Amino acid sequence: MRTMFFTQAVDDALAQAMADDPRIILFGEDTPLLRRKLLVRFGPRRVRNAPISENAFLGAGVAAAMSGLRPVVEIYMVDFLGVCMDALLNHAAKVEAFSGGKWTAPVVVRAPCGGGYGDGGQHEQSLWGWLAHIPGLTVLVPSTPADAGGLMLAALQHDGPVIFLEHKLLSETWLEFLGSGARRTVQYDVPAEGAKGVVPQKWGPLPIGKAVHRRAGGDVTIISVGVGVHRALEAAQALESEGISAGVMDLRTVSPLDKKTVCEAVKKTGHLLVVDEDYEGFGLSGELSAVVLEAGISCKYARVCTQTTIPYARHLEDQILPNRERIYASVRKLRQ
Amino acid sequence: MPPDLWSLYVLMLKSRLFEEAIAKLWHDGLISGEMHLGTGEEAIIAGVVSKLGEGDAMALDHRGTAALLMRGVDPVLILRELLGYPDGLCGGRGGHMHLFSKEYLAASSGIVGAEGPTAAGFALAAQYSRPGAVAVAFFGEGAMNQGMLMESMNLASVWNLPVLFVCKDDGWAITTQSESVTGGNLNARVHGLGIPAVEVDGGDVSEVWEAAHGAIERARSGQGPTFLHARCVHFEGHFLGFQLIRIVRDPLREIPGIAVPLTQSFLRPGGATLRERLAGLKTVITAVFSTLRDPRRDSANDPLSRARKILQSDPVRLQELEDQVEKEISSALASALGEVPS
Repeated sequence: MRTMFFTQAVDDALAQAMADDPRIILFGEDTPLLRRKLLVRFGPRRVRNAPISENAFLGAGVAAAMSGLRPVVEIYMVDFLGVCMDALLNHAAKVEAFSGGKWTAPVVVRAPCGGGYGDGGQHEQSLWGWLAHIPGLTVLVPSTPADAGGLMLAALQHDGPVIFLEHKLLSETWLEFLGSGARRTVQYDVPAEGAKGVVPQKWGPLPIGKAVHRRAGGDVTIISVGVGVHRALEAAQALESEGISAGVMDLRTVSPLDKKTVCEAVKKTGHLLVVDEDYEGFGLSGELSAVVLEAGISCKYARVCTQTTIPYARHLEDQILPNRERIYASVRKLRQ
Repeated sequence: MPPDLWSLYVLMLKSRLFEEAIAKLWHDGLISGEMHLGTGEEAIIAGVVSKLGEGDAMALDHRGTAALLMRGVDPVLILRELLGYPDGLCGGRGGHMHLFSKEYLAASSGIVGAEGPTAAGFALAAQYSRPGAVAVAFFGEGAMNQGMLMESMNLASVWNLPVLFVCKDDGWAITTQSESVTGGNLNARVHGLGIPAVEVDGGDVSEVWEAAHGAIERARSGQGPTFLHARCVHFEGHFLGFQLIRIVRDPLREIPGIAVPLTQSFLRPGGATLRERLAGLKTVITAVFSTLRDPRRDSANDPLSRARKILQSDPVRLQELEDQVEKEISSALASALGEVPS
């Protein structure tokens, strides 16, 4: 049995895949030093540095994928995809449809996401709903090291474009790089189960589009991704003492959604709470309600999401991002 | 009119002491997230900002504190913003990478290169409704590879916008040495867009002031944009807690944590040839050695020491001035920390 930190697991799975498949190359800003372990094993031809030119290098990643490579393109933060959205929106996502299904762009876009460490509203967004809105993009948001490694392997084997989001609060390296800067004077509410955990001896791909139950519960189904899953688990634990049995489902994949697992669970409990660190309007939380309604399931519904631009001040940020108190209160209200 | 070195030195010293106070708050954990200081680039900011007046606008990067302070924004408001207080400059909601002052037409962004379009837009509004006013964009040389900045320069060129594009070139884009990811020559690149480039020593505040004076007067009189290329150093690297700087300052603490996993990975079977692996290792070692040798460590590159050397001709006045600035910053700090909101 071996245990790993979150990003260590992603890099380990990536290393295993790179050893097996010479088509995989990595590039992005600062990638050689940020992925130095991969650099010294696979060399500078495969672990490359890019200028601050996201439009160029993400677009190039898409076309390189179309012509036989399996590029992993690193974007410093998911927020910065705003700079180069065209490559995803109008190109990566469209190739398969435009070519009549004959051509795809198997590019993996790896980006840190999420907040909880005081970096402000331009550097802490989630944006998976925004990305999943576009047909043709697969969006993965793992919440444990084992899932992170297994889903990275699946992303590398997938035949279309995949956005792989790594929550910074779970990532030992990003949190140190952007949050603490090696200070011991700051503390963040890091979910221990998500930041470090048991991983397989040898990585195997996990299925894309398959949700898992993290906790069984018959009264209400809480559905989330990323750090939200851990916040929901903490709230579910507290609700137990009140006699409310809350199940927690981890979607792991935002797009394609595991509609079947979602509907089965909600049908049983008749109560759905979505915990989504992404923005509330026009996103994952609303999509889940539509999925359930379309299946003809009637249920009581609520959501705990991010409603505004994420404020810089830590105490404001803690209230704005989904937290266990808000989840707890929402479930209680839903059960009234 | 020659530059007044005394007043420029005061601006730089204020900013230095202010940012040193910020660094302490950050190390004490009172400021969260990233913190990019402008220590080392004060001469560039002072030389340019001292030329700005009412109606002029600034587009700032993630390192904009010095420019705001020198432009006249209340230091207490900035500090209280960084502390996340509701009565901070932006209500505690912006933070140091997203500082805004409507009063001084100053907008910051943490998106590299975003200063280009912002300055062009500010300049357009100036050209249209406040002739004679200008906009300044401050950015690093890493941003020169960002499409939106290049597009903005072209836009400013063809629309003849009153913009001063100020490139604060410290040679590093976070952990990357910019020359390794930048083709050609920056001044030639800008020339190609029809914008004159002025090269200055960014550590010499008088030289920056003179160049800024010419470029800003040119823009005010409707002759269009200028590119000011100023070399500088950032004493703290990209941001506080920057790993390459930590390695240099405390190698015994930092190196084992990096070297052990690196060696393990280097030796793992499966992967590249030894030659390729060595080339990878060389990249890492070069980055560390470049930091060791780098001009950040040489106090001869400190714009404050350089100005101070000249002002020492009048030690009594210098002492008085320094005491006064120190007092001013301590009092701002005390006042910012004084009242914790409930």
